[in-house]
Amino acid sequence: MKIILNGEDCDVSAVTVAAVLDELGYAGTFATALNGRFVPQGQRADTPLSPQDRLEVIAPMQGG
Amino acid sequence: MQFYSTSLQSRLMLGTAGYPSPASLLAAIKSAAVDVVTVSLRRESSGARAGQQFWALIRDAGVRVLPNTAGCHSASEAVTTAHMAREVFGTNWIKLEVIGDTDTLQPDVFGLVEAARILCSEGFEVFPYTTEDLIVAEKLVAAGCRVLMPWGAPIGSGRGLNNIPALRTLRARFPDVALVVDAGLGLPSHAAQAMELGFDAVLVNTAVAQADDPPAMARAFALAVQAGLQGWQAGPIPQRDFAVPSTPVVGKAVFT
Repeated sequence: MKIILNGEDCDVSAVTVAAVLDELGYAGTFATALNGRFVPQGQRADTPLSPQDRLEVIAPMQGG
Repeated sequence: MQFYSTSLQSRLMLGTAGYPSPASLLAAIKSAAVDVVTVSLRRESSGARAGQQFWALIRDAGVRVLPNTAGCHSASEAVTTAHMAREVFGTNWIKLEVIGDTDTLQPDVFGLVEAARILCSEGFEVFPYTTEDLIVAEKLVAAGCRVLMPWGAPIGSGRGLNNIPALRTLRARFPDVALVVDAGLGLPSHAAQAMELGFDAVLVNTAVAQADDPPAMARAFALAVQAGLQGWQAGPIPQRDFAVPSTPVVGKAVFT
């Protein structure tokens, strides 16, 4: 299925947020949002994905 | 000095962006002996490690982090970013930015107040980046903010304090709210000036990060903050329009 990961088309086979993150090899400290809504870490495994969903994965960075 | 229920020693906070190297950032944090640094969140691809390395560096520095919502242009964007920051950084603190204009980075104060109401009601400890506007400040305090962070001048401009009378008014009107000048400082003397107005702290990023020698500039800002604070605590004299002789005139010799 095609989803939009961080603004770019991405082909994935997993069907939940948690499974997609595993499939793509994400590790470390990050947060997720699906279609503009925050998905807490504890809900990623229970949050299903549909084609064309917009998934944001963000990590710490420098800021002022 | 306290932000919400947290006591801090240093009244200088540092932003972490734009340093020539991670080592330079770390040296600046150490040389200024700051307790708090600001951090942010950005998209990261699965293979990238930059964010993880940066986070490891900050954790090793042993400082408290104040995550921001930089780059958000609406209340809902800022609220979602705050939720994500709380999970990533493990803090209820949020430096709330809702930007209204891309050239001046002036806050959208309407979106700011809206987001502050939501986040305060959810238990966040909100540090709103705002203008010097008194009525906006009142709305933010009514929303539950116990810290206000008015700009000195546009972010990164290095201009110092553009509206001193308005900043003085904020200090007089909100004696129990922690006031921080955030943005626009260019020189240590600007930081001293903010503290001489009775502000509780200052936040600096670009002026330190883009200096020729960031650790030395960070130290200079820390010293200026101390000097300004002690000047404020010592009770400055009021300004006058005319001279007042400092040498007593009584007993002056007459030669004519």
